Amino acid sequence: MTSIAETASRLAGAASLNALLTPLPEVAASLTSQAERGTTGPLAGMPVVVKDNICTLEYTTSCGSRILEGYRSPFEATAITRLKAAGAWIAGKTNCDEFAMGSSTEHSAFGRTMHPLDPARVPGGSSGGSAALVAAGAVPAALGSETGGSVRQPASFCGVVGIKPTYGRVSRYGLVAFGSSLDQIGVCGRTVSDAARVLAAISGRDPMDATCEDRDPFQIPAPPENLQGFVIGIPREYFPPDLDPGVRRACERVIKTLKDLGAAVRDVSLPHTAYAIPTYYIIAPAEASSNLARYDGVRYGPRFNGAPDVRALYQSTRGKGFGPEVRRRILVGTYVLSAGYYDAYYRRAQRMRALIAQDFRNVFDRGVDLLFTPSTPTPAFKAGEKLDDPVSMYLADIFTVTANLAGIPGLTLPIGRVDGLPIGGQLLAPQFLEDEMLEAAFTLERAVPGSDEV
Amino acid sequence: MSWETVIGLETHVQLRTRSKMFCGCSTAFGAPPNTNVCPVCLGLPGALPTVNGFAIQLAVRAALALRCQVHLRSIFARKNYFYPDLPKGYQISQYEDPLSTDGQLAYTSPDRGAVSATIVRLHVEEDAGKSIHDRVPKSSAIDLNRSGVPLAEIVTGPDVRSPQEARAYLLALKEVLEYADVSDCDMEKGSLRVDANVSVRRIGESALGTKTEVKNINSFAFVEKALTLERDRQIAVLESGGTIEQQTMLFDAKSNAVRPQRSKEESKDYRYFPEPDLPALVVPEQWLEDERAALPELPAARRERFATGYGIPAKDAAVLVQSRTIADYFEMTVAAGADAKPAANWVMGEVLADAKERAGALRVTPQRLARLIELVKDGTVSNPAAKQVFAAMADNGLGDPRAVAERLGLIQVADAGALTGWVEEVIAGHPTEVERYKKGETKLLPFFVGQVMKVSKGKADPTRVPTLLKERLGG
Repeated sequence: MTSIAETASRLAGAASLNALLTPLPEVAASLTSQAERGTTGPLAGMPVVVKDNICTLEYTTSCGSRILEGYRSPFEATAITRLKAAGAWIAGKTNCDEFAMGSSTEHSAFGRTMHPLDPARVPGGSSGGSAALVAAGAVPAALGSETGGSVRQPASFCGVVGIKPTYGRVSRYGLVAFGSSLDQIGVCGRTVSDAARVLAAISGRDPMDATCEDRDPFQIPAPPENLQGFVIGIPREYFPPDLDPGVRRACERVIKTLKDLGAAVRDVSLPHTAYAIPTYYIIAPAEASSNLARYDGVRYGPRFNGAPDVRALYQSTRGKGFGPEVRRRILVGTYVLSAGYYDAYYRRAQRMRALIAQDFRNVFDRGVDLLFTPSTPTPAFKAGEKLDDPVSMYLADIFTVTANLAGIPGLTLPIGRVDGLPIGGQLLAPQFLEDEMLEAAFTLERAVPGSDEV
Repeated sequence: MSWETVIGLETHVQLRTRSKMFCGCSTAFGAPPNTNVCPVCLGLPGALPTVNGFAIQLAVRAALALRCQVHLRSIFARKNYFYPDLPKGYQISQYEDPLSTDGQLAYTSPDRGAVSATIVRLHVEEDAGKSIHDRVPKSSAIDLNRSGVPLAEIVTGPDVRSPQEARAYLLALKEVLEYADVSDCDMEKGSLRVDANVSVRRIGESALGTKTEVKNINSFAFVEKALTLERDRQIAVLESGGTIEQQTMLFDAKSNAVRPQRSKEESKDYRYFPEPDLPALVVPEQWLEDERAALPELPAARRERFATGYGIPAKDAAVLVQSRTIADYFEMTVAAGADAKPAANWVMGEVLADAKERAGALRVTPQRLARLIELVKDGTVSNPAAKQVFAAMADNGLGDPRAVAERLGLIQVADAGALTGWVEEVIAGHPTEVERYKKGETKLLPFFVGQVMKVSKGKADPTRVPTLLKERLGG
């Protein structure tokens, strides 16, 4: 249990990162009133920061966007209600790429977030603020959200644990939608245990979300002694020839450790992996173009006015309220859903998505329990490096996006550093087998020194 | 050169649920603006839809009543367009895999007799809100109470051949949906709305002409009118050598005209795609069987049974069956002992007239009506007196018909002394007519009968009066 003052001072200590969007005095005041309500439960007194695209009654929910600047939700996400019920404190909202669209937290209307180990670098994204605050030691855990790797990629860049649960494990009610068929709330944690405890608290059935599975909250497994009996697949498509050599070295060290721990390691293939990024960049923008249609200046949010009629109101509100990356994806999404293009893009992408999911089933059906891969192709890159080249930015998600397309759970944990920058290793599991994924993660966390140079 | 009209109809009916399609808000009509709303139907960031099972049940029932094939698995889809009263920027509807397809509705065409319209599809969707342009000067107001209200959209093939047929189809549809207890089909409250695709072609041609869509027909009275206007407009264009432009026409009841919708208001590409917030809609097979078993007798079957079972004219059966409540009332009256034919006449006459004045309220119980009909049959009250008794029962809500008739002094008098007294009074008062009658103008007899009824205030037994008169007047 951390004290309010200690939490406030740790958050203040990380202020230079621009990771927290909520003003510190507001956080302190809210923590005081949250603590007054009494906190008991499995997360009693644990301060948790929350990505700005998850609705909270405390604080504004602006999704890192001008178009929702100052927006206060009249309801809170199911995940937030459950965190509070478990005794956690909601310690502010974190910076992110606008509407979770981006891989560097540079696409926030409220300025970029710095990497905690090198301010010239990005923390990854879109949940960059959440990952950075955990990495900086300000909080033990944070909520983020994933559509194509937005928790695992920044967690990997920042050197913390990141979990994306199975699609349907955690209610999306109150998570502001980006790509609804891909979106899932995820968790960043200082340790596997911190992340798992938060995930356990927020998981389970919710009548408010029809896509949330009718299952009990998941139970955290006991950390096993070793990995005897585990069959771990190494998908060769995730180790391309141009993989960053440091990332490769770190992964090879993990593979050796897996063997040392008694796991059977197997070379496997997921042949449709190369199509994951193009598939994702059709489906996610298509859904986004529809999900973001509601931000029209009619009912809430700022109105960029002077509009003579409703069409002009839409144009000025959406033109000025959305940043360039969001506008780009809305345009792409609108295009791929248009009459005459739907079959060529959206329908084909859906078919490819089914093949990508089938790749995973094929491997898991043949006795492979888990997959191990690098979490990202490179360590954290420099701010501005990829801003003018959207495709190279999109490729930062190349190893994470497949889990979202297939709806399976994934976890990243620190597996070493190269030139001082953290490298993440990823575990992928069949749907709803988070417990096996966590068993392996607990064991690896103990066996692999996460902050050693490799 | 004569023309054939081809019409297809798209009807939206509100499913009579208490709560909305995808949230728990009330569907009550007439609440103050923006009071029946929540994060879901306001389309607030982070809100998600969940399906109202009762709405699906009603839609399945409607589909069965229209003899559609119900698909056990169907898909919700988003229909995307921008409009201020559409809070999410899309409507949740169904597109590629609708709930049901391939149905039929039989109805009577004023020109062609018994015909039927193909029901191409029946799917479920949510309603949008309402834009109000005349409440706030220089601004439009939005009321989102209707946003998310459950609708079934019922689409016919191009099977309707005239504006009159369109009206007949809609009345038949309304009848079936009311019978199935799916919707109250009240056009004035917006719970039944119609759009029509209209085209014309020269008689004998098999290819369809270019169609226009006529919207904003918001009353049964306007259906024929709006479609006739559009048909005549198209014929005039074609006869003067022009071509029909595929466009949306709005009917304006005030100016009684159809005008093209401004092209800017149109949004042709709805970018439909499967709704990712909702899994496939699965109708359990058992559910379907239960609904099928629970489906009430539908109007066509009931008309047939009324005509053959009760021996009443087909025309009367049609009138009685138009409303399920009235048909039930008729059957209860007969069950309470009344003869079918007088019961039918009473229901079509006094009962319907009274109900019409009282917003559909049936103020006299079928049991009391049956006793009243018996009193007429056994000669206790005359038919005109019975109408007074009916009105009194309706207004006061109480009373056995016999007691009411007694209190009003309407029991028929068959007593010779009293009858003779009224006859004498009439003869004394009409010497000229008596003279003419005696000279052979016997057709004056009904006049004298009427006068006797008048002076007796309806109490004289009309079956005995003519005999007495004839005796007294001679001849």
